[in-house]
Amino acid sequence: MFDSKYIIIGLIIFVLIVTIPISYNLFALNKCEVGVPELEILPKAGDKCVKSREYMRPFHMDLLNQWRDDVVRRGDRFTTGPDGKLIEKSLSNTCMDCHSNKENFCDRCHNYASVSPYCWDCHIAPTEIRDTDLAIHVEREEDN
Amino acid sequence: MGVDRRKFVKFAGLSALGLAVNPPIKVLASEETYESAAGTSACSGSCLTCRPAHPPENATRWAMVVDLKTCREHPECNACIEACHVSHNVPDFPNPKDEIKWIWKEHFGHAFHETDHNYLSEHLKHSNALLLCNHCDNPACVKVCPTNATWKRKEDGIVMMDWHRCIGCRYCIAACPYGSRSFNYREPKEFFAENGRKLQADFPTRTKGVVEKCTLCEERLARGLWPSCVEACPYNCMTLGDLDNPDDPIRQIMHDKFTIRRKPGLGTQPQVYYII
Repeated sequence: MFDSKYIIIGLIIFVLIVTIPISYNLFALNKCEVGVPELEILPKAGDKCVKSREYMRPFHMDLLNQWRDDVVRRGDRFTTGPDGKLIEKSLSNTCMDCHSNKENFCDRCHNYASVSPYCWDCHIAPTEIRDTDLAIHVEREEDN
Repeated sequence: MGVDRRKFVKFAGLSALGLAVNPPIKVLASEETYESAAGTSACSGSCLTCRPAHPPENATRWAMVVDLKTCREHPECNACIEACHVSHNVPDFPNPKDEIKWIWKEHFGHAFHETDHNYLSEHLKHSNALLLCNHCDNPACVKVCPTNATWKRKEDGIVMMDWHRCIGCRYCIAACPYGSRSFNYREPKEFFAENGRKLQADFPTRTKGVVEKCTLCEERLARGLWPSCVEACPYNCMTLGDLDNPDDPIRQIMHDKFTIRRKPGLGTQPQVYYII
């Protein structure tokens, strides 16, 4: 093989450059820590979620889509919770009863995972109600 | 010793008394029976003003009778419109081009243009008609929807909307002959925030680019509540009932009164009936 010296050195340099992302993570001094976002501890501790944490973490969006189709398209509005109680299949009326802080619960994880679901384009987060209440209150005070 | 005559008469008397007391106790003990008994004795459900506490369950064909005779006596009243638009977060955009309406008033001659003529009686000529989605038996809007975002529910005849699925093509607006559908040209939530109007937390808003209309308060009917408009009307002008049930009060009303529908010639079979 002609110029095998140059070719082999060239190949080694090429492989090194291509694998930089892997080697950087292996040997870097200050590693990039991504961690897991801290989620809010619920005020209503002890209340059970409709499904286990292990299910909800990866599959809550599937459950919400299922609930949406059940309610809107099939008129099937209720289901039984883990403790046998009848619960409404509703994001704003059921989920947000416990997970009342959207910023510290939904948003924190969605920002971390860089996803932007469009639930809240229409559905109303508890804080929005507080905000509009405040706006009305301020307006009334100004009127007075 | 056996029972003597005196004792026998005593027991017989007591037993007779017990039997006589039993039926009234039953009626008093069960509130429901008492209510329905009172309801039937009052008007047998055929009058326009009395309504049971809850809508019938398992209705298979919802229909509405609107009593325009009573409604037009109170032209200042907008209780039904306000109740509906508050409970469904319907924005009241100031520009009429952006208007969103689920239930609204329209000049009688415009709403029933087929019956309109130059010599229409004075009280009709200058009155308004209360309009809403007709929940047609043969809905034109459903036929044209490319995404199945609107459909007629087989179980109760309500023409439903799935705002998740609407792509805003507005075919349904073009197809609906009653103007029952509105398009969101602006972002409703922004409007609510700008105007400080309170949002109802238990009902969503829509977004810009989505068509919306009356859903006959299916979310309330599912909870055993009458639609907002029916409940809000102080003069009981609106009656909702199950047309498929021959014993439903609405059938009695339609039997007793002459009712008309909007644009019946189009064959959409609208299910809102008007007493004029």
